[in-house]
Amino acid sequence: MAGTVDALFIFLTLLSVVMTVAIFATVLFFATKYRRRAGVEAEQIEGSTILELAWSIIPMGIFIVIFVWGAVIFFEERTPPMASTEVYVVAKQWMWKLEHAEGPREINALHVPVGRDIKLIMTSQDVIHDFFVPAFRMKQDVVPGRYTTEWFRATKTGTYHLFCAEYCGTSHSGMIGDIVVMEPAAYDAWLAGGGATGTLAQNGSALFQQLGCPTCHRADGQGRGPNLVGIFGKPVQLEDGRTVIADENYIRESILAPAAKVVSGYKPIMPVFQGLVSEEQLSTLVAYVKSLSQAPSGAAGSSLTTAASSSSAMQNP
Amino acid sequence: MATAAAVNVDTERENYLNSTYGIRSWLLTTDHKRIALLYLVSITFFFFIGGFFALLIRLELLTPAGDLVLSDTYNKLFSMHGQIMVFFFLVPSIPAVLGNFLIPMMVGAKDLALPRINLISWYLYIIGGALMLHAMVLGGVDTGWTFYTPFSTSFSNTHVIEAGLAIFIAGFSSILTGLNIVVTVHRMRAPGLTWSRLPLFVWSMYATSVIMLLGTPVLAITLVLVVLERSLHLGIFDPTLGGDPLLFQHLFWFYSHPAVYIMILPSMGVVSEIIPCFSRKRAFGYSAIALSSIGIAVLGFLVWAHHMFVAGISLYSALVFSLLSYLVAVPSAIKVFNWTATMYKGSISFDTPMLYAFGFIGLFTIGGLTGLFLAALGIDVHVTDTYFVIAHFHYIMVGGAVMGYLGGMHFWWPKISGRMYPEFWGKLAALIVFIGFNLTFFPQFILGYLGMPRRYWQYPPEFQVLNVLSTAGSTILAVGYLLPMAYFLWSLRYGKVAGDNPWGAAGLEWKTSSPPPTFNFDYEPVVTWEAYNYHEIPAPEEVNA
Amino acid sequence: MSDTSVAVETHESEQEHLALRHHFVTVEQQRNSSHLAMWLFLATEVMFFGGMFCAYLIYRIWFYAEFAAGSRSLDITLGTINTAVLICSSLTVALGVRAAQMGKRKLLVVLLLLTLVLGLAFLGIKGVEWYAKYTEHHIPGSTFNVSDLVQDYPTLHIDPRHEQIFFSLYFAMTGMHAIHMIVGVGLFLYLTYKAWKGTYGPEYYTPIEIGGLYWHFVDIIWIYLFPLLYLIDRKPLH
Repeated sequence: MAGTVDALFIFLTLLSVVMTVAIFATVLFFATKYRRRAGVEAEQIEGSTILELAWSIIPMGIFIVIFVWGAVIFFEERTPPMASTEVYVVAKQWMWKLEHAEGPREINALHVPVGRDIKLIMTSQDVIHDFFVPAFRMKQDVVPGRYTTEWFRATKTGTYHLFCAEYCGTSHSGMIGDIVVMEPAAYDAWLAGGGATGTLAQNGSALFQQLGCPTCHRADGQGRGPNLVGIFGKPVQLEDGRTVIADENYIRESILAPAAKVVSGYKPIMPVFQGLVSEEQLSTLVAYVKSLSQAPSGAAGSSLTTAASSSSAMQNP
Repeated sequence: MATAAAVNVDTERENYLNSTYGIRSWLLTTDHKRIALLYLVSITFFFFIGGFFALLIRLELLTPAGDLVLSDTYNKLFSMHGQIMVFFFLVPSIPAVLGNFLIPMMVGAKDLALPRINLISWYLYIIGGALMLHAMVLGGVDTGWTFYTPFSTSFSNTHVIEAGLAIFIAGFSSILTGLNIVVTVHRMRAPGLTWSRLPLFVWSMYATSVIMLLGTPVLAITLVLVVLERSLHLGIFDPTLGGDPLLFQHLFWFYSHPAVYIMILPSMGVVSEIIPCFSRKRAFGYSAIALSSIGIAVLGFLVWAHHMFVAGISLYSALVFSLLSYLVAVPSAIKVFNWTATMYKGSISFDTPMLYAFGFIGLFTIGGLTGLFLAALGIDVHVTDTYFVIAHFHYIMVGGAVMGYLGGMHFWWPKISGRMYPEFWGKLAALIVFIGFNLTFFPQFILGYLGMPRRYWQYPPEFQVLNVLSTAGSTILAVGYLLPMAYFLWSLRYGKVAGDNPWGAAGLEWKTSSPPPTFNFDYEPVVTWEAYNYHEIPAPEEVNA
Repeated sequence: MSDTSVAVETHESEQEHLALRHHFVTVEQQRNSSHLAMWLFLATEVMFFGGMFCAYLIYRIWFYAEFAAGSRSLDITLGTINTAVLICSSLTVALGVRAAQMGKRKLLVVLLLLTLVLGLAFLGIKGVEWYAKYTEHHIPGSTFNVSDLVQDYPTLHIDPRHEQIFFSLYFAMTGMHAIHMIVGVGLFLYLTYKAWKGTYGPEYYTPIEIGGLYWHFVDIIWIYLFPLLYLIDRKPLH
């Protein structure tokens, strides 16, 4: 996507250069040609409706083109592909904590294989931060209290800057890191090299058991809580008649404040886990619930290539 | 103050400066012209403080490492630079100085509609300013001028409450100024002065005042809520307590976007006066320019969330705000085209005010065009929160608003003081400002696109060259700003005595003496001519010949 | 009027002087300017309160249950009485304007004093309500405790954090309103004093009019606050 973003940028730069030169040149030309000379009077001209219409409508037309072009890019930035590999990001003053779905954890660095769609699911432990990778033309605020997402597909190996781009206090400018894009083989080696702590979903499953969730959330549908198998990404009918999509934010909210969106036909008796689980633990639980809706072949997406790298952001209204 | 101005015999004539003496006659004045001067001194003071902070910022950024000040200090520097420049310099600058001074004269009145409210507004400004200074002396604020929550409410260890209250009070001052201007324009116009005969400066100031009236209160309540939240540990914006940080951003930007139009519309009004005068002809497209001012004021209230495209708003909100942002660009473009067209078949001279007007057109055009970049969703994702945005708004605020302000100060200085500034130095300063400004801020567009985030105390070494260029430019810019300070002061005693109308300008303010008498006119103005009647007014050279 | 003729003349010439300040050309111009100024100021006040109303409405939609419970915990009787008190005070103000127009100084003073009394009554009743909130530990901050509401409405599963937002906004909104009332009281103290001195009469009563406008506005804010804070969702909560 860096390419498509740059294309619009170049177009806008050219347009700006043309307009700037045109205005400068016209002003200079008029200033010279009509400079004050003895005996030469200025001509009083009221205006010209035709000109007013022309230089209102034509710019507006150009602006609409730019708007549509920018919107199309934005749509793509905001729409992660279905089979993206997920990485959970927790930002805190003043560092980035990242957890791969496959399990490894990183601080201030993210190793990814080239050509794979990566979707970042991010939240903050304290203030608003922003996950900014200039090389990928991607940026998204990381907000406490909810998940925001962005995605990319790196097309070239290398190491790229990661910056925090929302002012967050003393070490805002120190909250930087590296995105390390590797050949798939090198990535697999890196993956295997770290200590095996289990995938995010596996850890989530263990925590799910530990917290007693299966007591109510039974897979046979007989429990006091809804069956969680296959619900992720699907619409859910709520008690009050609303329908919501069971996305990351819904799962998260249902753990932290279960009474907010009670599923139709169930009582609001789920305990509140606010303050009892950390952000990292929440990520594992969300990953686990997601895994209950995925084909058994696992969470890792296919390592396809093609096209430019991309970036995006997704969020609730 | 100006009591020392009466040296030359010509200025011995009684005017607003020498009619009464003593500090009480100034501090308790209700004369709009004296209040304008009180504001002039105050905002200049704050301009230099804000400018000093800017210099420190640029000095720190000479090197990639943070080696001049601590990171916390740097964070305070950019925060207070922004707060002081926006709330204590730019917002009041033209409205409270030139607007206060000129609008009553431009409409043919003896004073603004509410003179005592005018004085109260200055005192509010001073109280707000004093609180701000106090907060600074105690250690400052480090939230950024944007006060984003939950950092400002729950995490910052600085004087957020005091700074918030200071800005609240200054905002109230701003509301009263706007109130006065709207009532004056509606009710105090001289007989024969219809709306379509008003100077375009008055139209711009009217539009500005409408924004001040309707927008500032929202900032006020937002700051109140932040202060309450911080002091009482409420949870309106704090996610750990169930609140929403984005609610703050919506409320904040609902004012702060129209605020940028408060800062630019008056300068546009100044340019609309200067260009006709130094082209000796009526403004091209008077109605278009006047209506564009109103259009900008109205549309400006509809685009606030374009500051939040990556903040976590929905895709559809983003689309709506992007489209509206393009809409609001159209009236500004219309103005630029009309000013340029005004020069067509004019009779153009290059006095200092005109040079500033040229500079305004060029720099505002660049700033406005880069706004098109930011309004494009796909591009904004990349360049928001980087130096690209900083460059964009400084091109408008400094390249546009400040140049308009300086142009206006030079244009009306003879009217205000009765003296001419030295033309050579005026032109030189204008040139230095233009060069220094571009050198300071153009590299920042590139820095932003390359990915340097804003509010960074330290940065990766590859950004250093552009930063050094920018800092070099800022020192030149500083010289350009110091020069007018010096020669305006010099001119009070040694400047050539200006007559009633040294520029041969149209407008009622030029039909009275320089400096004007306390009640503006020695007669009752009655207007029987259209605005910008330059076909009837001889050019200065012809008068002086 | 029962004043002596000299006093009448003094008052009349003072009124003329006040009715036409030096920078205005006609009395009409001054009067219209004052009115326009007050209306514009009230528009700014609408925007000021509007920010809070906006926040309140958004959170009401998000945290419906907690806000309903919070509303229920407010004293609707006192709220209704206060509404009546304010409406009556607006009546006395309007009658006061008429008294000034007709030159009835004593009546004007009485009506202004009544307005003051009613305004102070409002503030007093508000104080009583707030004190009740204090004893119930519903004031946000370190003493905040809504276990009573959680118990009273078990089916709602009240989240105390969200409840706290209701009360934060409740106190912010009624607090801001009360501050505006206090300013109004101060304003009317001044107006009463001046009225008693005979400053206002048929020639000049603009301050009464625009003071009245301000007072009516504060009243209208309350008329919005009352249903939004107290009356929404009075039906039985499931």
